[in-house]
Amino acid sequence: MTVISLLPNVVVQGVLTGLVYGLMALGLSVIFGVVRVVNFAHGEFTVVAMYAAFVLFSALGLDPIVAMLPIAVAFFVIGYVLQVALINPFVGRAEHEQFILLVGVAIIVVNALLMIFGPDSRPANLSYAFDSYLLGPLIVDKVRLYAAGAALAVATLLFAFFRYTRTGTAIRACADNLAGAAVVGLNVKRLYALTFGLGLACVGASGALMVTIADAAPSLAPAYTLLAFTIVIVGGLGSMAGALIGGVLIGVSEALAGFLAAPSMKSMFSFALLIIVLVFRPQGLMGRRA
Amino acid sequence: MAIVARPGLTRRRVLAGGASAATLVATPALVRAQPATLKIAVLLPRSGLYAQAGQSCHRGALIAPQVLAQYGYKVDLVHVDFESNVDLARTQAERVINDGVHCIVGAFESGATTAIAQVCEPRQVPLVIHIGSAPQLTELGYKFLVRNFPTGPMLVANGLALIKDLLAATNATPKTAVFLHANDTFGTAQRQGMDRMFPSAGMPFQLVESIPYDPKAQDLSVEVTKIRAINPDLMLVVTRAADAIKLVRDMVRQRFQPMGMISPGSPGLYDEEFFQALGPLADYAVYNVPWANPKTQMAQALEAAFKPAYPNYRFAVECFNVGFTFEGLLIAADAHKRAGTTNGPELMKAMRETNIAEHVMIGGPIKFDEKGQNVGIPSAVMQNRSRTPTVVLPASVATTAPVFPMPPWQGRQ
Repeated sequence: MTVISLLPNVVVQGVLTGLVYGLMALGLSVIFGVVRVVNFAHGEFTVVAMYAAFVLFSALGLDPIVAMLPIAVAFFVIGYVLQVALINPFVGRAEHEQFILLVGVAIIVVNALLMIFGPDSRPANLSYAFDSYLLGPLIVDKVRLYAAGAALAVATLLFAFFRYTRTGTAIRACADNLAGAAVVGLNVKRLYALTFGLGLACVGASGALMVTIADAAPSLAPAYTLLAFTIVIVGGLGSMAGALIGGVLIGVSEALAGFLAAPSMKSMFSFALLIIVLVFRPQGLMGRRA
Repeated sequence: MAIVARPGLTRRRVLAGGASAATLVATPALVRAQPATLKIAVLLPRSGLYAQAGQSCHRGALIAPQVLAQYGYKVDLVHVDFESNVDLARTQAERVINDGVHCIVGAFESGATTAIAQVCEPRQVPLVIHIGSAPQLTELGYKFLVRNFPTGPMLVANGLALIKDLLAATNATPKTAVFLHANDTFGTAQRQGMDRMFPSAGMPFQLVESIPYDPKAQDLSVEVTKIRAINPDLMLVVTRAADAIKLVRDMVRQRFQPMGMISPGSPGLYDEEFFQALGPLADYAVYNVPWANPKTQMAQALEAAFKPAYPNYRFAVECFNVGFTFEGLLIAADAHKRAGTTNGPELMKAMRETNIAEHVMIGGPIKFDEKGQNVGIPSAVMQNRSRTPTVVLPASVATTAPVFPMPPWQGRQ
């Protein structure tokens, strides 16, 4: 095996992992794009979804890719309630107040997970966890392929919802012109709650998919929050397509950096990419200039 | 009216009164001279990245007082979690010292241990390093620490010698190897030891490349692809539990089958988490590490206390972390008993003069050199067999023969 012959393998791995990352970041981008609240507990909710998928798999034998649906629904409800009960009063308030609120939520979530599940990693030992497809010179992990496919499907559904449904159009109207949306009689608070719910549904789905790739552990949460931020900043904060593209870019750049340079330098390359984007295109690759 | 004569102030009465007064004055001092219960803070990473190992050590700390009591030691423990965070380790060490602990035992992770040592030194509070292998811990001239754990170079030297023994015992002849290591303090120290010792170790194979990886990485697929490009016969690894799982998972997925995977001296391959996640794929991994000596009475007493306290955990898997944690506390308690005081410098002096023949882990008596390092901690060749760490070499302590090369991933039961 030569470096050149293995390069396509690395790119494919990066793309597949990046798509799941992208779905996770999509939730953050949707929430910020509409509600203008930055969810600093994003990674923590992702890890909660990972644990939910782990529990459903352990107790009922439910494959995480199937469990993704009920988890996404449950997370939609959680997001809706959270927005109505906790976050709505903070919309429009100073950013540092929103920051403290959501960091507080993040700390509570992580510590609750530690108390319930302990610190050990929890794997979903799927029957196909160690399988791979041999496609010519390519070896493609089954779990990554399935997870990426499911992530793409969820993202497509979300795009379709925002593009083709009345509620989706109303939410976009809120994002584009809040005052205008209120004037034409849209129930902004309800739409905000729906948006937060949808954002968390994305997080629920991506968390369920993530558990097929990585083991659930409370310590992952801050890293996922940081990863989601990196992706949406590269892709463009508030841009749905940008989140997916950012996810793939980060996934591929990390994979290539690890393969061609040193694996321990993977994160350095994704942050280097972030800095380059911030310097030359501060609004992100797909973001709109303010 | 009778006149009661007042006794006169005689010399005898003055002497008697003086003696009584002296006794009264001296009593508190005598009481003070009795050694108070030794208050020890056990600083561990019970959450965060190293939580699995930290929790395992914590289980050892929790059962230690009752076992120590059987040997006539009394200790009062304060359990502190530093969340696998070096800065928090430093501040927690300061806090427990301010709260009046006499001694600290910890801290599993070398970076955090260094931070704690920097706090203990000026405060003259003894630190017993129970696990932590970065060489600098005992090379920087600290006066208030001892380490009852091999340094990275010691682990590598022992590990390489035992790899030669393993290959000789199994007539295996790998030609090339890749060294994959976590790029944390521990892994980097192992790398430095490997770089220094491998060229002169006379190993029967060539070390083709050393690859550092981030232990916080989501997966190690890229690392495994990189290794596949080199296609070595042997993988030498320095891992933690979570990343050891990721490594094996990606090796199987990418159908990469070397002759064997050997750790020259690191955790990861013997943790319960590793067995739970990988099942039969956890078998046949080899690691050369210090291990508990089941033949000592103290190890048996520790196991007897462990089993009822933790019915869901196996002593055979946990004895590394549990054993070294217990020994750390034993060293502190023993020094306190001999010093008869909780005063830091005196306690430290007694600690440096430690000579404990009967203990838990394999090897000779626990003793420290002038730097505070126990240089007499040997390793054994361990191999996972039927999901249980098993001693396979040296033959004198082995319970079964080693299997090498390891069987293919596919078809394992």
